[in-house]
Amino acid sequence: MPKPNMSLTKHPMPEQDPQERATNFREVALGYNLDTAMEEAQRCLHCKNAPCVTGCPVNVPIPDFIDCLKRGDVEAAYRIIRSQNGLPAICGRVCPQETQCESKCVRGLKGEPVAVGRLERYAADTAMALGLAGAEKKAPCGRKAAVIGSGPAGLTCAGELARAGWEVTVYEALHTAGGVLMYGIPEFRLPKELVNREIDSLKQLGVRIVTNAVAGKAFTVDELLAEGNDAVFIGSGAGLPNFQKIPGESLCGVYSANEFLTRLNLMKAYQFPQTDTPIRVGAHVAVIGGGNVAMDAARCAKRLGAEVTIVYRRSEAEMPARKEEVHHAREEGIIFRMLTAPTAIEGDENGFVRAMKCIRMELGEPDERGRRRPVPVAGSEFDLPVETVIVAIGNSPNPLIKKTTPDLPTEKWGGIQTDDSGRTGKKHVYAGGDAVTGAATVILAMGAGKKAAAAILADHP
Amino acid sequence: MYPILRKVALNETVTLMEVSAPLVARKALPGQFIIFRIDEEGERVPLTIAGYDREKGAVTIIFQKVGYTTEKLDTLEEGDQLMDFVGPLGEPTHTDGIRRAAVIGGGLGVAIAYPQAKALHDAGAEVDLIVGFRNEHLIILEEELRAACTNLIIMTDDGSNGHKGFVTQALKERLDAGQAYDTVIAIGPLPMMKAVSEMTRPLGIRTIVSMNPIMIDGTGMCGGCRLTVGGETKFACVDGPDFDGHLVDFDEAMARGRMYRPEEARAREKHACRLTGEVR
Repeated sequence: MPKPNMSLTKHPMPEQDPQERATNFREVALGYNLDTAMEEAQRCLHCKNAPCVTGCPVNVPIPDFIDCLKRGDVEAAYRIIRSQNGLPAICGRVCPQETQCESKCVRGLKGEPVAVGRLERYAADTAMALGLAGAEKKAPCGRKAAVIGSGPAGLTCAGELARAGWEVTVYEALHTAGGVLMYGIPEFRLPKELVNREIDSLKQLGVRIVTNAVAGKAFTVDELLAEGNDAVFIGSGAGLPNFQKIPGESLCGVYSANEFLTRLNLMKAYQFPQTDTPIRVGAHVAVIGGGNVAMDAARCAKRLGAEVTIVYRRSEAEMPARKEEVHHAREEGIIFRMLTAPTAIEGDENGFVRAMKCIRMELGEPDERGRRRPVPVAGSEFDLPVETVIVAIGNSPNPLIKKTTPDLPTEKWGGIQTDDSGRTGKKHVYAGGDAVTGAATVILAMGAGKKAAAAILADHP
Repeated sequence: MYPILRKVALNETVTLMEVSAPLVARKALPGQFIIFRIDEEGERVPLTIAGYDREKGAVTIIFQKVGYTTEKLDTLEEGDQLMDFVGPLGEPTHTDGIRRAAVIGGGLGVAIAYPQAKALHDAGAEVDLIVGFRNEHLIILEEELRAACTNLIIMTDDGSNGHKGFVTQALKERLDAGQAYDTVIAIGPLPMMKAVSEMTRPLGIRTIVSMNPIMIDGTGMCGGCRLTVGGETKFACVDGPDFDGHLVDFDEAMARGRMYRPEEARAREKHACRLTGEVR
């Protein structure tokens, strides 16, 4: 084994030039090549206790796959990742590695951690390009499961069950499978072709996907159980967008981030009028919020030619977005107005947005979660002239399944109650992802789908 | 894919289609809607369910050629297929306890008022069905309408059928004559629903309107269909589409309905080019 590469920094990710990429929807990060991947892999010390693995919601054996990359054995690396992670090309791109695996990396104590996410992406992309076989599958065991929702939680759960020999049907409300991976995360961060390939590999495992099938409307959870499913997994995702409840949120030009991103990503409104779904973006856009969704919406608006300002009521330290997304947004020329909160949206005589009234904030005492609470600075109101406002402050759970499954225990705020393994209070019914936790990340949803699958297998031997 | 089983031109601008969609037909109820998409580039468009046949697994929709997508839909024939057809969405109309109702349909709203009037009539309620058209040539579904109510009143804007005036005038005459409706259901253009709601408000008659705002997913995800009802934000796709007409902010709904007017014009231009084969 050659000596580890003791460079203090990660090998930089080749990226599209910021000026250029701010005008197109192609992927920003271009990926490592074999040489860079092997070099970066050499930075891993292969710690015996593997702290990085403890930071991974799906327990990828990180030092083991990186070892394979050290010698350029991509196929072996991919197999190791696939043994624990059903959607590696996606995770390599959208996981918040800095708060997970990479936050535990020993190399991060002095310098930057090993670029685990970039290496995972390299292994997955290369294996896909080579057409390497995915996970192996056990013989059919005669068990049947229904999965509601084809986002990261549902797809992961479906994949795990299918590999164990279950007959799995996934029901998707929209016309395309993938959930937030398709309607939410933009093409430039997660190419849709790649999501489709991951879904195809699940289909090869025998997973059946039914689109245009709305749980709670076309069928109920009880009907799925009565139809002979041994278990039902609910991964219906986040639901109705939250608004600030400030004046003017119904003006033309105010979008929820869900609607804005769905129009662009799922309906391809950026190609209007070649595609039929329109979108309206003014010359000046304000995005309210500091999470990944806010960054995605801001960067989309930028690509449609707008001057974009992110308005966030706390400081950058509290921003929940991935560091890389904030960094990329800045590079692309997004303006950040921290410690600023909107108080009203003003319209013109035709009911279209013309400005957003804001107030400056300062950080006060920490709240129950330890985050310092923003408080308004008296007399600091100002007007931000904008024609479009995108509200990205989270979602409430979807009411459809709750309404039609009266014996499914839910939290006061509407989330489905589960134990740590994804078991709900209703027999044979499991749940995970945003439907349980409220808006979170792709990898946490995947982790929940995986845990629930393990519980389903344990409960139905 | 969802095959078109039957297509009937009801008049020059309104078309009926019966579409094979077993999953929708199984559970559909009056007042609910579907969302369709014609092809890969298509937009998602909501339409109220005009009828359903559970055995056949078919759902009937009635649409007016008012924009790019409905024009394109009308170019499809029996045997052609829609790419997507999802539902039933929204809450069904609550007809319990209604004994004496006026059901009012204006324009395309007539097609949507029909299943509601029929459901009430079938449940034993006394139903005055008041519908309006621009002229007598545009009158649709007359036989069906007559069979779905106690009294059918057909109004025309130009009086060509002998009953000149808007549906609101017909309602006013009946209210002035002392008709004691427990419920008024109004379905059609926003200004009509607003006028009906204003007319019934001082009389304290419960008034249900069916809202049809712009929406994308229709399942409670995008929030585009939000309305202000009684000062609160409501979502037509999961809380509606039926709402208390006395609580709906119609002016806001009308303003929101105008959001994509310029884009709609651009899309129609494209459609005209495609139909005539001209190069843009």
